[in-house]
Amino acid sequence: MDIFDPSIFPILTADGLTNGAVYALLSLALVLVFAVTRVIFVPQGEFVMFGALTLAALQQGKVPGTLNFVLALLLIATVLNVVRALRAGDGRAAGLSVLWAALGGGALWGVTHALAGAGTPLWVQVLLTLLLVVPQGPLLYRVVFEPLRNATVLVLLIASVALHLALTGLGLAFFGAEGSRTPAFAQGNAQIGGVTLSLQSLLVIGVSALLMLGLALFFGRTLAGKALRATAVNRLGARLVGIRPEAAGALAFTLAALIGTLSGLLIGPSIAIGYDSGFLIGLKGFVGAIIGGLVSFPAAAVGALLVGLIESYASFSLSQWKEVIVFTLILPVLLWRSLSTRHHDEEEE
Amino acid sequence: MKRLLLTAVLACSATALADVRVGVIVSGTGPAASLGIPERNTVALLPQTIAGQKIVYTILDDASDTTAAVTAARKLVQENKVDLLIGTTTTPASLAMIDVAAESKTPMISLAASESIIKPVDARRSWVFKTPQTDALMAAAIVAHMASTGVKTVGYIGFNDAYGEGWLAELQKSAAARGLKVVATERYARTDTSVTGQVLKVVAARPDAVLIGASGVPAVLPQKALKDRGYAGKIYQTHGVANADFLRVGGKDVEGAILPAGPVLVADQLPATNPNRKVGLAYVNLYEGKYGQGSVSTFGAHLWDAGLVMQKAIPQALKKAKPGTPEFRSALRDAIEGTRNVIGAHGIFNYGPSDHLGLDARSRVMVQVVNGTWKLLK
Repeated sequence: MDIFDPSIFPILTADGLTNGAVYALLSLALVLVFAVTRVIFVPQGEFVMFGALTLAALQQGKVPGTLNFVLALLLIATVLNVVRALRAGDGRAAGLSVLWAALGGGALWGVTHALAGAGTPLWVQVLLTLLLVVPQGPLLYRVVFEPLRNATVLVLLIASVALHLALTGLGLAFFGAEGSRTPAFAQGNAQIGGVTLSLQSLLVIGVSALLMLGLALFFGRTLAGKALRATAVNRLGARLVGIRPEAAGALAFTLAALIGTLSGLLIGPSIAIGYDSGFLIGLKGFVGAIIGGLVSFPAAAVGALLVGLIESYASFSLSQWKEVIVFTLILPVLLWRSLSTRHHDEEEE
Repeated sequence: MKRLLLTAVLACSATALADVRVGVIVSGTGPAASLGIPERNTVALLPQTIAGQKIVYTILDDASDTTAAVTAARKLVQENKVDLLIGTTTTPASLAMIDVAAESKTPMISLAASESIIKPVDARRSWVFKTPQTDALMAAAIVAHMASTGVKTVGYIGFNDAYGEGWLAELQKSAAARGLKVVATERYARTDTSVTGQVLKVVAARPDAVLIGASGVPAVLPQKALKDRGYAGKIYQTHGVANADFLRVGGKDVEGAILPAGPVLVADQLPATNPNRKVGLAYVNLYEGKYGQGSVSTFGAHLWDAGLVMQKAIPQALKKAKPGTPEFRSALRDAIEGTRNVIGAHGIFNYGPSDHLGLDARSRVMVQVVNGTWKLLK
């Protein structure tokens, strides 16, 4: 049967767009983190996994292992903050950071234990999942990447790979070897132009589009968004006008964690997510980000949609070569990029 | 001085001689962890003494990695001086361990599926046995079930790795022998977010039945996609999905799936005359007593069976030599090869000089997912 058969082609396209939308979100997060902190954020996919599996654990009435993880990260980050404050001779700042950490950690612990029982409505569990996973973004930045902020891109990449392996291992410890699936947010199908689409995939495309719109408004209209953009364009310049690179980095990682977690919640109902599922999903987002040259948001989004579409068509016509086709896509793009853009050296500080 | 040294050596060897050392390698982490973890858990249920001899178990994790498995095997053989190697979980790593077993002349019982681990029984493989059913045995059961229910054409969708390729090869072999036609072969990756494209192609070929060559929770995805596209034929799975997580995650989507499995999966539904019933139930009760209700899987039972074979062989080897010596290992190998009618959780083991699998058709039953549980067919 031909790929352009009118009964096949629209289904494949819709399927590719659904996956592509998730890849696009991840590629935006990767571009954002790279532009602001120069970290090639390999563990982006792990937030997808943590998001989906935390919700699945809550669904089963369990307290997810991510709670202890986020509390442990909070502890380490607080110790680092206290040491830094005391070295600077600022006892009040040290006391404040301990107070905030104790309050925040205690509240998170209490809320999770109060709401983890079975029978809580789905939207409460979704909010709780966001509350448990998203803070890991800035905390990981504080613990792992902020101490390395003056290191080279290569060192940051190595740290990033190490973090990916560590998070995968933690995922196995927290959630076990077998994957889980979360309940669908929307049941049933819809007819659009003669093509039957599941409401769930429409939801994925819709939420992704909204999220991208939100990001565009955030970068275009808010002070924090503009500060991020300024840092992305020129770190030194941004610092000269009073933007703290640490704050910008923490914000970028918060957004990355938020995007990752939401992606996990979006695809959780359609496939079983296991502790090792995050990497390949993140990698496909990375291919999209590469097409955008790791700098352009619209190009990264378009690239990621393209990855989704090509993956879908390839899985129909040449399923055994699918991964080869998707990842070979990087080569011509890199070639074209290296020929067309002028090379500039690492930014000097 | 010389005498002192001699006594010291004798004293050392006397303490070493007291124990039989068993080295266990499983995939406690990595892609095969869902198989390796129940295997590791089962080691704690094995007896601590056999025929009055203390048994020392050393468990190592190979992280589902071939190199790590070989390193672990060498460490067990050289540093721990084990008398028996049990493991490992995956086929590629087990294949790589054969050399270590053969060089050090240590008997080895593999927990992996492929026939190539024990066939042909040559000089190297004479040290190697295994307890799980081969894919060939299971594929033959699936194709026999298909043929007996009037299936003429089969579609296949499986993992794009050794597991999926192995099953495709066995399916094609068995199908050719029974005159069935394989009309579509599609691959997908464990971590894929969608298999719509592959499923559309399989459905377009209109097969009477579809076999999903995948293991664990990722095997749910194609079956769900097939149902979403309105496929009404029979759907077969492999025994790689025979654990509680598959049912939990699959829910309504995997209802009706037919698969071959070791009898332990449905031990309580076996007729009272079935010899595996008692052993299977005993294992299930022991395991769930320690790790909780519903925690048992068929994979741990492969290690349990290796333990049963070992319990039968060690007393015979002890009669011939002392543990920790090459003579003991050689006697243990001979004793394992001489295993007759050991009733395990997965079947009845009869090893022989040319058969290091030891299982026959009694080691498999066909089951179906009905109302979210496994139901024995026929």
